[in-house]
Amino acid sequence: MFGRIVLTALAAGAIAGVFVWGAHMIKTTPLILQAEVYENAAPAHSHGTAAATAAEDESWAPADGIERGAFTLLADMLSSIGFAFMLAGAMALAGRGVDWQRGILWGLCGFAAFYLSPAFGLPPELPGMQAADLHERQLWWLATAACTAGGLALIFLAGPRPAKIAGGALILVPHLVGAPGHEIGPGPLPAELASQFAVATLVITGLFWMLLGALTGYFYRRLEPS
Amino acid sequence: MSFASSQTHHLAHHRATVALPAVLAVVFGLFLVWGTGFASPAVLHDAAHDARHAMSFPCH
Repeated sequence: MFGRIVLTALAAGAIAGVFVWGAHMIKTTPLILQAEVYENAAPAHSHGTAAATAAEDESWAPADGIERGAFTLLADMLSSIGFAFMLAGAMALAGRGVDWQRGILWGLCGFAAFYLSPAFGLPPELPGMQAADLHERQLWWLATAACTAGGLALIFLAGPRPAKIAGGALILVPHLVGAPGHEIGPGPLPAELASQFAVATLVITGLFWMLLGALTGYFYRRLEPS
Repeated sequence: MSFASSQTHHLAHHRATVALPAVLAVVFGLFLVWGTGFASPAVLHDAAHDARHAMSFPCH
């Protein structure tokens, strides 16, 4: 069983990772580079605290161009494979039959848990955008993803109706608590850039999750021991 | 009765053999996503910078 999950996750995650990297290079990375021009032209404190900016400037970072693109590929592949391990593990735990079409539904649940629900409180950020404290945002993001994934599992996989209702409530909880906020003021970035980035990540991440779900369902079924 | 109980036994056996690898897979997946998307060291942040933004993970 472990071999089946590992092979499924590696194959599905690698293919979907290359896809999402291509989409990022074409669509979102140019927007990030454009935003950095505005960010660097603005006073230093727009990018977190002045100390953080200084620390970032001193540390190693991939050189712009091929090196930076290669590290984005690495990061996209690793996150994609990571998400594929979670999906394949969840499919195995659920113990229901899957194929590529049901896999798409699994992928859409992943999209809801790891993009839609967190982004509803913390929209995708471009460099130079103002935001609340990083650790508070990370904590809320992860808690929201966990609540949404848990809630969807209760809705789709639990038997009794009260459990399904509790699942729906669980999805709402982080949004009732509210995401860490900040005072919105004039920033260095043009609003058009931020809205283009938000929609680009929405579409790309949605397509990525559907592809990842379809591939995970396909390989998981194909590798079923006969 | 024996059919039903053997079915139940089979299901229980299936769950027991599946649960450990499945949970390990989920934990390993979380570790990978946490490392690329959330870990604080500056080197990891800078290497994964564009992917973090594009995946809508909180960055900076």
